[in-house]
Amino acid sequence: MKISLTRRYHFSASHRLHTPKLSEAENRRIYGKCSNPYGHGHNYVVEVTLAGPVDPETGMIANLAELDPFVQREVIEPFDHKFLNEEVPEFRTEVATTENLCREIFRRLKSFPAARLEKVRIEETSKNSFEMADEFEEAAR
Amino acid sequence: MIRITRKIEFSAAHFYHNANFSAEENRRVFGKCNNPHGHGHNYALEVTIAGEPDPTTGMVLDLNELKEVLQREVMDRLDHRHLNYEVPELAGQIPTCENVAALIWKLLAPKITAGKLDRVRLYESPDLFADCTADAPKGNGARA
Repeated sequence: MKISLTRRYHFSASHRLHTPKLSEAENRRIYGKCSNPYGHGHNYVVEVTLAGPVDPETGMIANLAELDPFVQREVIEPFDHKFLNEEVPEFRTEVATTENLCREIFRRLKSFPAARLEKVRIEETSKNSFEMADEFEEAAR
Repeated sequence: MIRITRKIEFSAAHFYHNANFSAEENRRVFGKCNNPHGHGHNYALEVTIAGEPDPTTGMVLDLNELKEVLQREVMDRLDHRHLNYEVPELAGQIPTCENVAALIWKLLAPKITAGKLDRVRLYESPDLFADCTADAPKGNGARA
């Protein structure tokens, strides 16, 4: 049996799906209304899944008293109530899709020292979710 | 293969305290969860069974049987109980979401006779859950 622990976090941000590599018409064709020039926003939900042995002394994979401030510092503070395209440096060059957001949040959280980051799953809306798991990342190296 | 999930809810009290720690250490590690009078949660449990549907019934398992197993193994043991005092299977363990999920896995796994227990997901709150799954096969992203 394998155990993992998942914590859900919330932030709200705006973005615009648009790349200067394509013409305006191409952007419009590919990204549709998500390419509207002034951007739009979502209430994002980020699920952070940690795997690892349960410490017999604490009964925990990771102490939320350590995980919460880490996620707050690495993700919530830099992303919450921001325009992702302009205010998160990585999205000045990458399209701020939620696929790329998954990859960026995974990158920021994988240095969490107390347990192994297994998965980041993001709900962009209640209908769309995206996830990135450790194994995909390993395969991409 | 088909996966079928049944969801139940139960309510229980607990607190976190390790007798090997000093009072200060308990407070530092467990924070408000160390409050000696305990506190409670509405737990939500999702139990997933995997298997092939029986060609005659079209079912992976009889949901009524699963309902009875969940009542006997989980509800009767944990619902409206204090996990620190009233659940002998948790004696000597901190009743964290991880440990309670692991207990539920151990209780259910041998009782599932049709299909196989695939996942136990225990929500302690809408924003926190633990998953127990069968051991990943080798080479499936698992690290030594």
